[in-house]
Amino acid sequence: MSAQLLQYLFSGLTVGAIYALVALGFSIIYNACRVINFAQGEFVMIGGMATVSLIASGLPLPLAALLAVGATTLVGLALERFAVERARGASVVTLIIITIGASILLRGLAGLVWDKNLHGLPTFSGDRPIAIGGATILPQSLWVLGVTLVVVVALWWFFNRTLHGKAMLATSHNRLAAQLVGISVRRVLLVSFGLSAALGALAGILIAPITFTAWDVGVMLGLKGFAAAILGGLGSGPGAVLGGLALGLLEALAAGYVSSAYKDVIAFGIMLAVLVLMPSGLFGERTAERV
Amino acid sequence: MWAGLGSARSGGLLALGAVITLLPLALANDYFYDVAILVGLNAIVCIGLNLLIGYAGQISLGHAGFFGLGAYGSAILTARYGWPPLAALAAATVAVALLAYLVGRPILRLRGHYLAMATLGLGVIISIVISNEDRYTGGPDGMRVPPLSLFGHALSGERAWYWVVGALLVLAVWLALNLVESPGGRALRALHGSETAAEVVGIDSVRQKLMVFVLSAVFAAFAGGLTAHYSGFITPGRATFLHSIELVTMVVFGGMASTFGAVIGAAVLTTLPQLLAVLKDYEMVVFGAVMMLTMVFMPKGLVPTLAARFAPRERT
Repeated sequence: MSAQLLQYLFSGLTVGAIYALVALGFSIIYNACRVINFAQGEFVMIGGMATVSLIASGLPLPLAALLAVGATTLVGLALERFAVERARGASVVTLIIITIGASILLRGLAGLVWDKNLHGLPTFSGDRPIAIGGATILPQSLWVLGVTLVVVVALWWFFNRTLHGKAMLATSHNRLAAQLVGISVRRVLLVSFGLSAALGALAGILIAPITFTAWDVGVMLGLKGFAAAILGGLGSGPGAVLGGLALGLLEALAAGYVSSAYKDVIAFGIMLAVLVLMPSGLFGERTAERV
Repeated sequence: MWAGLGSARSGGLLALGAVITLLPLALANDYFYDVAILVGLNAIVCIGLNLLIGYAGQISLGHAGFFGLGAYGSAILTARYGWPPLAALAAATVAVALLAYLVGRPILRLRGHYLAMATLGLGVIISIVISNEDRYTGGPDGMRVPPLSLFGHALSGERAWYWVVGALLVLAVWLALNLVESPGGRALRALHGSETAAEVVGIDSVRQKLMVFVLSAVFAAFAGGLTAHYSGFITPGRATFLHSIELVTMVVFGGMASTFGAVIGAAVLTTLPQLLAVLKDYEMVVFGAVMMLTMVFMPKGLVPTLAARFAPRERT
């Protein structure tokens, strides 16, 4: 394998892992209430920006990151409690518009509370690139990949081995049946928004040392996360992870071998082609319409 | 011939005509005319988009792409190749119709969020191409667009444009209302209810969806081209994902499956940022909050909610 290809793979996997975390957030909320949460990207932004401002106020990085994830989770819970919950029973498009309104509101607030400049975060452990097979990888990339791996394993454990997680899966399969066996669907909704917000915030904190963060980074990251979730198949956990990694790799290879200006065009073009061939994404459930 | 005059359809058209005719009395200066023209142009896009979203039940998050292609197509043909503006506008609109037809065939088989993503992806691709092909489009800085000329007379000044856009808006509403009441329109609404059921009663769902998709793209491209010639300047911002979202929001805000809802949604959401501009830094916050609150408390949108409130009881 050429060193150049290896280099593209490293950067693709790093970005892909971030997309995967955002895509997981999309899928968790989609499973709970069939809504695409367009404010998902703003969770990423809030995570990064909150950490930046907490560090500026003198807190050490781990504590700042923890508080930022907590604060973003609260924002996610508030979004569910005060907007999505109240609009229960509205059409899917209406719910989408509500989350778009929320994303504009949150972006506006971020511009007010913080500022409209680019901010960096210190790397978690050093800046010296590590040489592997002729290519180099940043220690921060290892953090991104490592933390994503831990999160994916933890989520798998949560959804398959704990009562709360199983309750959430049951709700996604059949809401009424879940309610009948005593699952509190309201709490499932609340937990799914909190969990998605926390995942988004984590993604924002992990990537900020590499790509910087700002009040408006949520738009593009949210879009890519949505694309990854769709590519993998909405609502599928493994699909979200593989969709994210695939999208990241596609972009990195397109940027490296074709044109960096057109990397998104190539990534989205291939995604369109996949959708046309596999209308439910790579791992989405094939559903039949009920009449 | 006059039998239909009492119907809601003609009543609405007459009311719209009256509003357009009387509005200039309230328009104090060119700035107000400018806002009114932008409302009209956006309303034309929304009427087409509403046919797709509100009646056929197919979402598109990429219509700003069609809007942008219409705008840039007409702009490039006139500015770079010296075409007469009307011919350029027509050619750009036909080209977008062809593109929508070719792309629509495969992607309209997708459903729900997958279709949303596919149209979004298409819109993103178009907007990136527009930003990058700066030889033709002027890149992120945008490009100048020659004014529209009708039969050798340049159409200039807000007042002249106001009447042209007003007339086109009435035409667009009339077309949409007729389409909705036609057998094709009923077929579309059947699709919204259930595609499988519609196919069982013999509706060619693929053909119907494709037709309305192309039609809505044509409305967007035509309004895009007009907007470019009217403003005399166009930037890639008008083709982005955010503008697509704005358009969908106008449709949903006004009320889905209501042609007049689409017009009112366009009017409110085009005017609101102008009013909020006074708030400067708080503009986005208030705009986002207004969007959320209206959709939470009026999930069906402005016009259907108000109509249900004031409608005579016996109809329900």
